[in-house]
Amino acid sequence: MSERIREGTWVELHRTLLAPGERAPQVPDETQNVPLEMKVKGFLTGDSAIGEDAEIVTPVGRRLRGTLHRVNPAYDHGFGAPVAELLAIGAELRALLEA
Amino acid sequence: MTRGMSYADVMARRDAIVRESVGLDYARYETGALAFDYERLLSDTGYGLDEVREIQARTAVGNTPLVELTNLTALVRAISPPGRGARIFVKDEAANPSGSFKDRRASISIHEARTRGLHGVAAATSGNYGAAVASQAARAGLRCIVVQEAFDARGVAQPEIAEKTRACEAYGAEVIRLSVGPELFYVFLRVLEESGYFNASLYTPYSILGIETLGFELARQHEEHTGRLPDVVVTTHAGGGNVTGTARGLARAGATRTQLVAASVDLSGLHMASDRDFNRKSFTTGHTGFSLPFTTWPDRADVPRNAARALRYMDRFVTVTQGEVFYATQALAELEGLERGPAGNTSLAAALALAREMEQDRTIVVQETEYTGAGKHPIAQLELAHRMGIRVTRGDPRDSRPGTSILIPEHPAQIRVVDVDLERVRRSYLENALASLPEGSRLEEADLTFLAEDTRTSVSRVLEVIDELRTTAR
Repeated sequence: MSERIREGTWVELHRTLLAPGERAPQVPDETQNVPLEMKVKGFLTGDSAIGEDAEIVTPVGRRLRGTLHRVNPAYDHGFGAPVAELLAIGAELRALLEA
Repeated sequence: MTRGMSYADVMARRDAIVRESVGLDYARYETGALAFDYERLLSDTGYGLDEVREIQARTAVGNTPLVELTNLTALVRAISPPGRGARIFVKDEAANPSGSFKDRRASISIHEARTRGLHGVAAATSGNYGAAVASQAARAGLRCIVVQEAFDARGVAQPEIAEKTRACEAYGAEVIRLSVGPELFYVFLRVLEESGYFNASLYTPYSILGIETLGFELARQHEEHTGRLPDVVVTTHAGGGNVTGTARGLARAGATRTQLVAASVDLSGLHMASDRDFNRKSFTTGHTGFSLPFTTWPDRADVPRNAARALRYMDRFVTVTQGEVFYATQALAELEGLERGPAGNTSLAAALALAREMEQDRTIVVQETEYTGAGKHPIAQLELAHRMGIRVTRGDPRDSRPGTSILIPEHPAQIRVVDVDLERVRRSYLENALASLPEGSRLEEADLTFLAEDTRTSVSRVLEVIDELRTTAR
């Protein structure tokens, strides 16, 4: 049995809003063939588990339902490794200025 | 009675939802089959320039510094013919509360929502505007919902938008993140209907009036600094609001002879509604995927009449490549000590090229910067490009292909602008205008005058092009 997530925990829900084929008529095939998905965060209104149907209260107080997707989701966007193509630019420009 | 929630059901209620959520009856301003009274739509809001400035001053928006980029000017002069190389300035809009000029754009909408006694505001945006609305709403004690197009079908988030999610949530907003597709508007309509919040659209009169202060301040500061008005102002161009508001503000400051250049990142060949192409672009705004459709038909926006009408105001429209903007970003950081985000650096890349064509006693102003940080940075974007199999190398940016390769210039002289043919843009606008003419109606005199104003040409030129288009269609 998967771990119970307690009421009041900050979580992310996932929901499919439009299934493939229900999408706007003007979208290209690669978009038409995949669902329109939604992810939204808030506080659980009752105990739940990953993969279960759950309800949250969002920061503005709205109650939304969906599948419990992530618990206390991390902000994992960052920078990454320095890019060699950019590292050289500064010295090149200073050399041009000093020439 | 239960209202239908299918795509078709909600879109059928579109006009009513938008009217209710913006609180403007656009039909009142119609003067022909296509024409509407643009100036009256703006002036009826009751916000004059002075009042907008006061409102913004109360929320710490605006009054950002105008910075002369002396080292970049020296660099440009070092690679220009003798006597060439204009003085380059930048308006450091990153100094706004949420880090971009979008705070100006959000401020009047939030003021209006509060004046009307509403409890919250909502916006459909994946960019800085979301953070701006959330920040202004937080200060005004209003609730805020932001709807974003944020990730592809594999769940891969565009890093710049991930950063905007974080920023909006930091200001206490509810953020609805969606996968790729224009149905973002469908979801936004549902949110407006369910919440009853004010629609802080990017394209209302409030949004445009809020930007006028940018052009106005810029002209005044330039006068204080140099004793005269700027020769050229470069504006990063997407949906048209930045160009429109800045140009209107410049005109209010008397800078009617300043040349306004709109600059976009060239993303030709990439489809904006494509799940496949979504993460193959390193820029989420200020690119041709928005600027070309919005310039050639502004009324494709989320309100019936777009108050951003860029073709009325631009003197020149140029594109630069992704690699050139990354190069300009690095140059600004290393030569001027200003680490800033991609939006303003699009016009900076264009300015570096344009300044080389200009005499040394001329001036060119980049009219915005934006904050930078995790995700919203060349390193993060190039890392994603690498993961998506896009080739990143040094070389002549002319050889790059959006979605396939990014070429970082080997020398600043390789930064060049490509002019977008404004005659073709106008023709395309008129083609779209004819296509949107309601069945059974014909163009009246008011429509022709409107089309001439909207394309910045004359009634006789409009008639000439329409005649050519109809002949070709036959």
